[in-house]
Amino acid sequence: MTELEAGGAERLAPVRNGTALHRYRDVLIALIAFAVLASLPLLTGSKALLDFVIRCSAYGLFATSLNLLVGYTGLTSFGHGMFFGLGAYSYGLIMQKLGVPIPVAFVATLVITAAVAAVIGAICVRLKEIYFAFVTLAFQMLIHSTILSWASFTGGDQGLRGGIPRPVFLGIDLANHVHLYVASCALLILGLLAMHQIAQSPFGYTLRMIRDNAARASFLGIDVWRAKLTVFVLAALFAAMGGMVMALFVSGAYPEFAYWTISGEGIFINMLGGVSTFLGPMVGTVLLLLLNDTVTRFTEYHGIVLGIVILFFALGLRKGLLDFVAEWYAHRRDAGEGR
Amino acid sequence: MPRSHRPFAPGPAHGYESAQVDLDAFAGCLTSSACLVTQTTSGLIIGMLLFLVAVGLTLIFGVLKVVNFSHGAFYMFGAYFAMTAYQLTGSFALAMLAGAAGTAILGLIFERVFMSRVYGADVLMQLLVCYAFVLIFDDVVRIIWGPEFKSMGMPSAFQVMPLFIAGGVVPPYYLLLIGVALLAAVVLGLGLSRSRIGKVIRAAAHNPGMVSALGINTGLIYGGVFALGGMLAGLAGALAAPVRSLTPGMGFSVLIESFIVTVIGGMGSILGALIGALLLGLIRSFGSLGFPLFTDGLMYLFMVIVLVSKPTGLFGKEAA
Repeated sequence: MTELEAGGAERLAPVRNGTALHRYRDVLIALIAFAVLASLPLLTGSKALLDFVIRCSAYGLFATSLNLLVGYTGLTSFGHGMFFGLGAYSYGLIMQKLGVPIPVAFVATLVITAAVAAVIGAICVRLKEIYFAFVTLAFQMLIHSTILSWASFTGGDQGLRGGIPRPVFLGIDLANHVHLYVASCALLILGLLAMHQIAQSPFGYTLRMIRDNAARASFLGIDVWRAKLTVFVLAALFAAMGGMVMALFVSGAYPEFAYWTISGEGIFINMLGGVSTFLGPMVGTVLLLLLNDTVTRFTEYHGIVLGIVILFFALGLRKGLLDFVAEWYAHRRDAGEGR
Repeated sequence: MPRSHRPFAPGPAHGYESAQVDLDAFAGCLTSSACLVTQTTSGLIIGMLLFLVAVGLTLIFGVLKVVNFSHGAFYMFGAYFAMTAYQLTGSFALAMLAGAAGTAILGLIFERVFMSRVYGADVLMQLLVCYAFVLIFDDVVRIIWGPEFKSMGMPSAFQVMPLFIAGGVVPPYYLLLIGVALLAAVVLGLGLSRSRIGKVIRAAAHNPGMVSALGINTGLIYGGVFALGGMLAGLAGALAAPVRSLTPGMGFSVLIESFIVTVIGGMGSILGALIGALLLGLIRSFGSLGFPLFTDGLMYLFMVIVLVSKPTGLFGKEAA
């Protein structure tokens, strides 16, 4: 991918002396967001709404992590969903087979994902653009085929059934719906906070430079391959987190979690919300899930409606919603300053 | 006919009671000429159908620099058009014509009205437009023809005794299918390298600005190439209609497989598409004997191996 259309909206110089201040501000915003989300069960008894937020957490973590690759580094991964599926499956399998406490399974899943992502990434990030997209897609399908064919271990096309145990840990009982909801929100906010720190760090700006001009970055002494591999592994970790939230929510894991359409949806969410702002994918996630839920309620042909909405964004706006808003805002501000 | 969701999948349908690795069956087949002939022909027809879809994909990429993610839909429409034409007229030739011509027109409209707006835009934007049409086209088929599995049935002209070659069973329709696909490959190859239009197309792929400056309507060429690609996929669908079951979404797995073919053969190379498609067809057909459940996995594994050792594909040119 070349320079993003809405790239003008983002400041390209890290604010060095304000870094610590920014970090405190981020933490503050995260705490407020968590407080608002966590108090939601007190205000409403609607289980459907809480379920919606949990699904948003799972997909939001996944989509935002994909944006680290697509938006920040210019790596159009078509197989990012494999880590979503990998996270869900390894978490589910560890819980089912070993019966360890949830945090142990959580960390073990992250370790497994990091190892797998490092191997796959080492092969993939050497390739450029469309070839990178297709090799990641191939790995995704390889993992999907493996899940389908290793039926004795993964349950094949039936998925991991029989429920994933949710032992109580430090008084947190994830079998309780409200506890599960708060835990999902906490994971979402923590994940977003961590990803924002990565995006705003010097490393994050290195990624932007690689996206805009990899050759120049290389001349400046940056090991492009290593930087790409690092962000590939990091993004995989957060995608696996999304997968684990999903596995916790449905108490199982299914081959569809590792199917390539998950990656397609991730890309679409990113375009829907916009890739030039950090929260774009989050907005896209909420939009897509809302759209899916409302459309399926009214018509069985939701593909047509979804397709027309996509066309509207792709051909009409030519950018994601938050890109559009950011650009409009920048435009207005410039006009207000009399430029 | 097994209702596999992989329209090109030969052999046993997915059954989880069967062994996951069956090397005895694989070795047994290699020593039996009957089995060899049967598996090779089945691999060849998978390969030939894949070639027709993939060559359109590679042609469109080579000239328009666009990855047509909705290419599978043309395959699907070709099959449905052929089925309807066959039911209305009872003529197999007309059915093939309807499949090919209908998708050519569809391709032309699709390119002129929608795809031409996103040339030069972000790759993601092009993918999104195609993704939207994958969703829309599948639902259109569902509305017009219904969501259930359909079958065109084998034309009576081909309902004859199968041929026996070295003990292997070869239905005559398979020979026709392979012949038509080979003919298409030869005509396409010669047309592109020898004819004037072929030269113009290759020039437009190389330097569209210069071609346009010489007074040639590049928009027309782009539309034409897209229509040609759509037509080839539609022809593949029409040819496959008598031997496969028709369902909305049938283009999807074909699309993924033809992507693998173009990536293995090299984006933009016609010879590469042919070799890649045949290799993949044989892998599918023989792989289903030895690894009945991991046939797909074998394909992806093969693709990874090719890409890692030669990122531009077997016959791809070095990217500039």
